[in-house]
Amino acid sequence: MHEVSIAQNIIEIVNSYLPEPNNVDVKTVNVKVGVFTSIMPDALRFGYEVLTHGTHLQNSVLNIEEVSLKVKCNICGVETGAEPSFIFCNSCGSVDVAILEGTELNISDIEIINN
Amino acid sequence: MSLITVERKVLESNNAIAEENRLVLHGKKIFSINMVSSPGSGKTSIIEKTVLNLKDKVNIGFIVGDLQTSLDAERIDKLGIPSVQIVTNGACHLDASLVRNAYKELSNLDIDFLIIENVGNLVCTAEYDLGEHLKVVVSSVTEGDDKPLKYPIIFRKSMALILNKIDLLPYLTGSIDVLRTNALSVNPKLQVFETSCISGVGIDEWCNWLLRQIAFSKDNIP
Repeated sequence: MHEVSIAQNIIEIVNSYLPEPNNVDVKTVNVKVGVFTSIMPDALRFGYEVLTHGTHLQNSVLNIEEVSLKVKCNICGVETGAEPSFIFCNSCGSVDVAILEGTELNISDIEIINN
Repeated sequence: MSLITVERKVLESNNAIAEENRLVLHGKKIFSINMVSSPGSGKTSIIEKTVLNLKDKVNIGFIVGDLQTSLDAERIDKLGIPSVQIVTNGACHLDASLVRNAYKELSNLDIDFLIIENVGNLVCTAEYDLGEHLKVVVSSVTEGDDKPLKYPIIFRKSMALILNKIDLLPYLTGSIDVLRTNALSVNPKLQVFETSCISGVGIDEWCNWLLRQIAFSKDNIP
């Protein structure tokens, strides 16, 4: 259940963008979470709700975009999708692949309304 | 409505401290590993065997994380190895700042090889870089042969896999060949060792590999 500490990291980064938090309403915090991370989106949303309760972020929504796995084959060069437990090239079947997408744990942007 | 572009990694503060840790260890030519497993796989037993095998060849330091107690640090301390216990009070993983603080207790010592034993957990530990040179995942054969498929991230991020407790194989229905195949399907580059801390089988092979890693890093650390 490390999602609570991940949520705390998100809140700290968001707050660093709000020098005057009382003058803005944060509507949405958009984050990208890859499927090849140890993050459970529901637990992250729960952690965010708990930690923002009673704060200036209370009415904001943590919007999580889940990013699928995408790999590039080191043998045939093709880029394909993959599943976390079955990481291989869908084109030639090789397991010698580099992960291009699916490991993200990033804050993309913050939607705000200035008061 | 206006949009503030952020585009930052959520774990950037941990990653920055991990990079500082790595630089400090590089500066002192210390090779470090982060050992990860589920609870009860035998990490500490493997470390005891490793210490007995290597302590006349390299100077070892030990940092260990547990939710409670200093039992593991005491076990390694008894072998004459400087050991620091991190009690996480419930946190399910070590992070880079915990390791930075623990390392302060070892920083004046002459160490070649730092072993960091993480909290027993195959999930959360996968997300946190501690500043180690490489991760080693331990999976005991009693846990079942499907674990690499169920917890693929830590197996993918590790360089070596120790399949421990192989003395118990005669009593199990699972297959070590299937376990090995599953692990290599998740990470074809894994260096795999089969060990028993009861019979001692496989410990020499593991320790010799470690010695080569330590020597290689000494030559290549700037």
